This record gives sequence, C-alpha cells and structure tokens, in this order.
Amino acid sequence: MPPGQYVTADFPVLSAGPTPRIPPDEWRLTVIGRDGVEQSWSWDRFRSLPSEELTVDIHCVTKWSKLDTMWEGVSLDVLLADFDTSAGFAYIECYGGYTTNVPLPDLTGGRAWVAFGYGGAPLAPEHGGPARLLVPHLYLWKSAKWVSAIRLVDRDRPGFWESYGYHIYGDPWREQRYSGD
Amino acid sequence: MAGAALLGRLSWQVAEVVEIIPETPTVRSIGFEVPGWPGHRPGQHVDIRLTAEDGYQAQRSYSIANPAEDRRVVLTVESIPDGEVSPFLVGELRVGDRLELRGPIGGYFVWEPGNGGPLQLVAGGSGVVPLMAMTRANAAAPGPIPTRLLFSARTFDDLIYHAELEALAGGSLEVSYALTRSRPPDWQGYDRRVDFEILERSTWPPRDRPRIFVCGPTGFVETVADTLVAIGHPPGRVKTERFGPTGGPS
Repeated sequence: MPPGQYVTADFPVLSAGPTPRIPPDEWRLTVIGRDGVEQSWSWDRFRSLPSEELTVDIHCVTKWSKLDTMWEGVSLDVLLADFDTSAGFAYIECYGGYTTNVPLPDLTGGRAWVAFGYGGAPLAPEHGGPARLLVPHLYLWKSAKWVSAIRLVDRDRPGFWESYGYHIYGDPWREQRYSGD
Repeated sequence: MAGAALLGRLSWQVAEVVEIIPETPTVRSIGFEVPGWPGHRPGQHVDIRLTAEDGYQAQRSYSIANPAEDRRVVLTVESIPDGEVSPFLVGELRVGDRLELRGPIGGYFVWEPGNGGPLQLVAGGSGVVPLMAMTRANAAAPGPIPTRLLFSARTFDDLIYHAELEALAGGSLEVSYALTRSRPPDWQGYDRRVDFEILERSTWPPRDRPRIFVCGPTGFVETVADTLVAIGHPPGRVKTERFGPTGGPS
C-alpha cells in the first residue's frame, strides 16, 4: 500500500460538479496530435477496438485505496497507434469541463486505458461512464472521468485539480498529494 | 485563483486542541491552535495525521468549520462506526492534546462574501460543515450576501449547528430543514428526502443565478445536483463535494 492510504471496500465518488450524462450517440473520443492532426471515435467505433480486462489497485488522494478492482478498457497504446508519441505530455479534456495533465510516457507501454466497464458491467455515470481514463499507477484524479479528448502537447500545464494546489504528477508511492510534496 | 498552488509546500504542523464543543450525539467540533497558520478560505479542508506508538500512521481529510481566524482552525467531525480516525477525534481527543495537521487544501469548493451571490447552500448531514464556514463568514461580513441553506439530516438531533443557525436565520439568511427518518411532534420543516419539489420551493430559482454549493453523502449529492440541473441551473454553477461512508472529506 502507498504511504498514508487505507483500504476501503466502498467505491467513493469525488467529483467537483454534477455528473454529466452523455448519450452514446453523442459521445466522441478525440485524440489530437502535436501537429494538430485529429482522430475521433464514435461510441460504436470505440467499442469495436480491441479491449483488455485488467485487475488493478486504485489510490485516491483523499486517502482511500481500493484493491483488485476489475476494469475493461481500450489501451492508450491502441488509441495512440497512429500518433507521434514523442510529445512530452498529454492534456486530458472531459465532458463537464474537467481537465488533467499526465506525462505521455505514463500513458503508453500498457500503463493506461480508456475504461468503459467496471466489475463486469458498464461503467456507471458517477464513476465516469460511459468512459474514463484509467491510469492506476497515479492518484485517481489523473484517471479523468467522462474523458472526451487527449491532447498531445510539448509543454506541461496544470489541469483542474493541479491548478488548485494538487501535485503536478501525483505518484501515490511518493505521496505526491499536493504541490511541493 | 490558483489557491494553494501559490503557497508552495504544505508542511505538517503540530496543532494543539484548545476547545471541544459537543454538537450532536456523534459529532463534535474541535478547535485547534496552529502556530504559523497561513489562514484559509471557507470551504477548504485540512489533512489530519495520527501516529500510533508503534509508528503506524493514519491520515484523513476534514472540512474546516470556522471562517478565517488568526491561527485557529475548527473542525467538526462525525464519528464513523468502525472508522480508524474519527472515533478517536470524537471520543478520545482532549483539550491540550496535540496532533499533526496540514493545509489549507482545496480552492474550488470555496466561497467568500467577495465572490457575490445570491448564495445557495445544500447540505446533507455532516456535509453542512464547509457550508457553515461560508455561512459564518457571510454573517460576519459588513454587507452579507443573501443566502439560502437547505439542510437535510436523519433526525432533529442530527442537525449540527441547529441553535446557531436559528440565531443567524432571518435577515440575509434563510434556512430550511428536511428530516428524513423521524421528526419531533411539532416539526414545521420538510419530512422527507430532498426532492424536486423541495428544491424548487426552498432554493433560489435559476433566474437569480445563484452560486450553488452542495455537500453531503454521495447519493444525496448525486440526487441534489442532478435535480438542480433539471430545474435549470447551469452545471458549472453547481459545485459539489461528496463523501462516502468511509471515503472522502467529511
């Protein structure tokens, strides 16, 4: 267990506003390359991509951790296959206006997914459904709910919680909760 | 405003308990003196760290209940059954005890009188704590902002700060209550869970463009936030803070 965390059997919900409801026929996921080239998936096209089932521990900055959570999602390696991934960072945008930032190397190499299933069922809206980013090796605020766009950029810039004093990177094993940790 | 990002590193500080106020059978307020406290804004929280004799440490987040005061931080804590930290804070901590604290944390779920209004607060149970910091700051302001507070709890005894809210009500503050489990015989407030009709009758309508803060257990906040959006409030005006039985700020 990372330092300062405790195990919970619940799946608490922490969101800054109302839960967005995105009908599948209006849902799109877009990746924007550093050269401005975009690739966009409708729900049906996204769901026809190869997906993986994975079992991971998740760690929330508010101190709870949940062990052996079971997800289904599309690896970022699949979504980024046609992109130049030499950009240093990804800026993540979401339905509802949430944003976060993650170094691009943390999203590749089988370390990150866009998840659409949880516990064998469709991902519930309050947990980020229809689809959320899942980067289990970072604090869970980086696993942005209701993800709509992944922007590959050369310069890092803080997202939503990072602008309010949360750590720019957020490694639970180094207890990087707040700016300066 | 970028809040704590501007303050640099948040260090652990030793805080001494200087005041304990019983609030309900399961809730009490604990006043800490924190040397060098940088001040805080209503809605922010702190992290508490307890260390056992064998070195085991446990951390939790708690909302701050008082408006900014010199070196003083008041937390209102509900004892969670089987909790690791809150039963100690509510049942065992005494005046003169010391523990470690760091903060203030958070800058989104924050309101100060200078931010304007009208202000709409919706609280479920101990979710009233950060909203009370806003209410108290507003009451102390030279020109208080018109504010409505809708406060839901299980029973009358679970209404944290009831006497103080009754004393503050009138003038710029309107308070409505909903009791979901049992009511006193002469109860004048709502007698059920907060729903569309209660929100429509007791909160600012969308045409008044209120700033809205909702805090409480996850299910409560989900319902209230969804209903406020259904009534016509822009989602971006509805700021939420949720906590589960064992997770999140409480």
